[in-house]
Amino acid sequence: MKKNKDQVLLDKLADAARTGTISRRSFMNYAAAAGLTASAATGLWGTSAAANPTSGGTFRWGVHDGNTSDTHDPGTYVTRQMIFLAHTHRSYLTMIEADNSLGPDLATGWEATPDAKQWTFKLNPDASFHSGKKVTSQDVIDSLNHHRGDASTSAAKALLTDVTDVTADGDNAVVISLARGNADLPWLMTDYHFAICPSNGDGTIDWKSGDGSGPYKIDSGEFGIRWELTRHDGWHLDGAYFDKVTMLVLNDPNARQTALVTGDVDCISLIELKTLALLERNPNVSIDNIPSGGAITMPMHCDTAPFDDVNVRNALKLAMNRDEIIEKISFGAATKGNDFHLSPVQPYWPDDIPQRDYDPDQAKSLLKKAGQEGLTVNLSVADSVYTGAVDMCVLYAEQAKAAGINIKVVREPNDGYYSDVWLKKPFSAVSWGARPTPDVMFTLAYKDDAAWNESRWQNERFNELLLQAKGELDDSLRAEMYREMCLLMRDDGGTIIPFFNNWVYARGKGVKRHENVAASWSCDGARAASRWWFEA
Amino acid sequence: MGDILGLVGKRLGLGLGILLIISAIIFFMVELLPGDIAEAVLGQGATPENLAALRKEMGLDQPALVRYFGWLANAVTLDFGNSIVTGESVVDTISSRLANTLFLATYAAVIAVPISIVLGVLVALLRNSIFDRVVNVLTLTSISSPEFFLGYILILYLAVKTGMFPAIASLSNDMTFGELLHRTFLPALTLVLVVTAHMMRMTRAAIINLLASPYIEMARLKGTPPWKVIVKHALPNAWAPIINVVALNLAYLITGVVLVEVVFVYPGIGQALVDAVSKRDFPVVQACCLIFAATFILLNLAADVGAILTNPRLRHPK
Repeated sequence: MKKNKDQVLLDKLADAARTGTISRRSFMNYAAAAGLTASAATGLWGTSAAANPTSGGTFRWGVHDGNTSDTHDPGTYVTRQMIFLAHTHRSYLTMIEADNSLGPDLATGWEATPDAKQWTFKLNPDASFHSGKKVTSQDVIDSLNHHRGDASTSAAKALLTDVTDVTADGDNAVVISLARGNADLPWLMTDYHFAICPSNGDGTIDWKSGDGSGPYKIDSGEFGIRWELTRHDGWHLDGAYFDKVTMLVLNDPNARQTALVTGDVDCISLIELKTLALLERNPNVSIDNIPSGGAITMPMHCDTAPFDDVNVRNALKLAMNRDEIIEKISFGAATKGNDFHLSPVQPYWPDDIPQRDYDPDQAKSLLKKAGQEGLTVNLSVADSVYTGAVDMCVLYAEQAKAAGINIKVVREPNDGYYSDVWLKKPFSAVSWGARPTPDVMFTLAYKDDAAWNESRWQNERFNELLLQAKGELDDSLRAEMYREMCLLMRDDGGTIIPFFNNWVYARGKGVKRHENVAASWSCDGARAASRWWFEA
Repeated sequence: MGDILGLVGKRLGLGLGILLIISAIIFFMVELLPGDIAEAVLGQGATPENLAALRKEMGLDQPALVRYFGWLANAVTLDFGNSIVTGESVVDTISSRLANTLFLATYAAVIAVPISIVLGVLVALLRNSIFDRVVNVLTLTSISSPEFFLGYILILYLAVKTGMFPAIASLSNDMTFGELLHRTFLPALTLVLVVTAHMMRMTRAAIINLLASPYIEMARLKGTPPWKVIVKHALPNAWAPIINVVALNLAYLITGVVLVEVVFVYPGIGQALVDAVSKRDFPVVQACCLIFAATFILLNLAADVGAILTNPRLRHPK
């Protein structure tokens, strides 16, 4: 009797997998609940959902934002092209999996002391560099120290300021000591700067040679032009189905899209949103429109009138029709914001906070309560903030008129926008790249004493929770804290978040991917080369 | 012949002087670029100590004059220093790019120069005929359209619709010469369309101008056929302006092709220059500008010498 019930459940699961209504992770959970072993469940998933990946072929990858002056120095990675390349030829301690959970890369496991001040990362003993050398704890130590110390020129230095020491525990384990507890350290290790390079033996790393321990090794290449890579047979993880990878720098949007349409490349990393609808009509092209953690924000200075009144702030939040903005400005390639700076693809996103929608009547009554009927405010913006940023603000101003709010859009010059306008003008529009965890994002831009506290928001409870959550190792407790913080941002905070912009990229005919793709970067968390395959 | 050598020597000396002045202008213009390379490299997250460390490493803490003379002394020995962004030698960085640019310029010139001169002679011969008008309208249309537009039109018809040529001209090391010519045909064709009109119109104008001269009338009166009048009598006297305009266009093919490089993703020196400017990579910017200036000076020198060699009156000044 029981067996039959399980069989029914399994059939249902297989159906769900086939139609793509269930993620791999939940599939595995339900399958385990139905009494299936992990390997049997994996097999069932493979036959139902995705055709088994097949090896072979050369993946020609057209990527944007490459520059002749790029280098292999992980501390000064700045272009998207180098981020794609780094995830293809180098490894990190941890990685963001295709389902946006945290998974192992070089580290097979990690654990912390109860105060989260000391983390031990166990290294995969099978991992090797392309030169044949094994990856040892010394390589990891020197690679992390590359971003520490006064002489470091690394852009990721700020992320490691709390690190007091990195030591070896034998050849295959590394201990990271922190001045303050940080439960997010394993997440931080996915930052694209923290690529592991071979140690020179004198405390420095050899980043120049381009050696790494990633899925593909560099055969030849030129910065800002192209890279040729071959599969690294000793790679320590599963995947890397392509025999070779060619990465072509295609900075011009038109050249990029033409190259995909004519079949000169198999994938392009960015599509111009204006032509998205046209490209969608091409039967040979599949478009991936994936929510990201990057956001457009509109901070209001909470210490400046009229924004010092929470009713005014919330009225301005209610006066925005986000759906219309996403449809008309982002051409649908965005995910609706809810005035807290955490996107649905990021860890600890609370799924039960009601969405704030356009409600001019309620905005009006809030303004009445604040004694600010017929409010007039200036909103500063520049073209460079986001494609269509000025149009977005003009559209918002139109929407706000229904609530009796008069928003004057001030178009500021692109040059110096982030030094002269942002943080200085009381109401402006800003674009933010994704940060790996809520802790990093909140500490950077919402903490009371943060240099970039763009809304000058002071909320005691929020700051108390922020400190508590940082060192809290119990995941469900942490999730609860972040949920409360999000609610505070949404209902008391000074930042309007119209939307999170999506990654929009495209694959040519025959390029297959798993159902889930990571949202940390374009092209499956920048790991398309090791996760995708050609249809046999 | 001795006169010619003396003249070339004198011109070369003058050219070097000009180059020196240009080098100073380039250096100090680059200094005027707003922004700071260390900030550009490190981005938003940079701390002041970070920036100071990187500036020192790049030598940006020295005064500009000291850096100029240091740079000049090395540039004379063709050592343009190291890129301050990548640390690689500038010569290594741009030599392959320069070779690519020269290849594309040669490819385009080999097609464009004969075509435009032959067309110029033909339209001069058949001036005011339908042929003359059609050729004029076509070449003027192509020169009046922006290069990127011409490039996109060619991509649309020759790459996307018919698939005859690849849309992007990316190069790899294991290409045969035939493949190379095929891959780079569209950018070369775009450049041909851009420069042909200028050279063709100049040839036509120079010849027509001469056709009104008495000695041409004499040749006609003695019964010389029209094509011979032009090729034998008019053309030799028209060479000077034609050579000048050809040299000008050759220089353009080397220095002015950034847009074509971007549209076709061709790894030439223009793209390297644009990248370097956006990253404030001064040594690369200076080296590129100096190469461009030298190209102009040398091609102008060649044009002058060519004009003198084809004109006996200039060869033997009174």
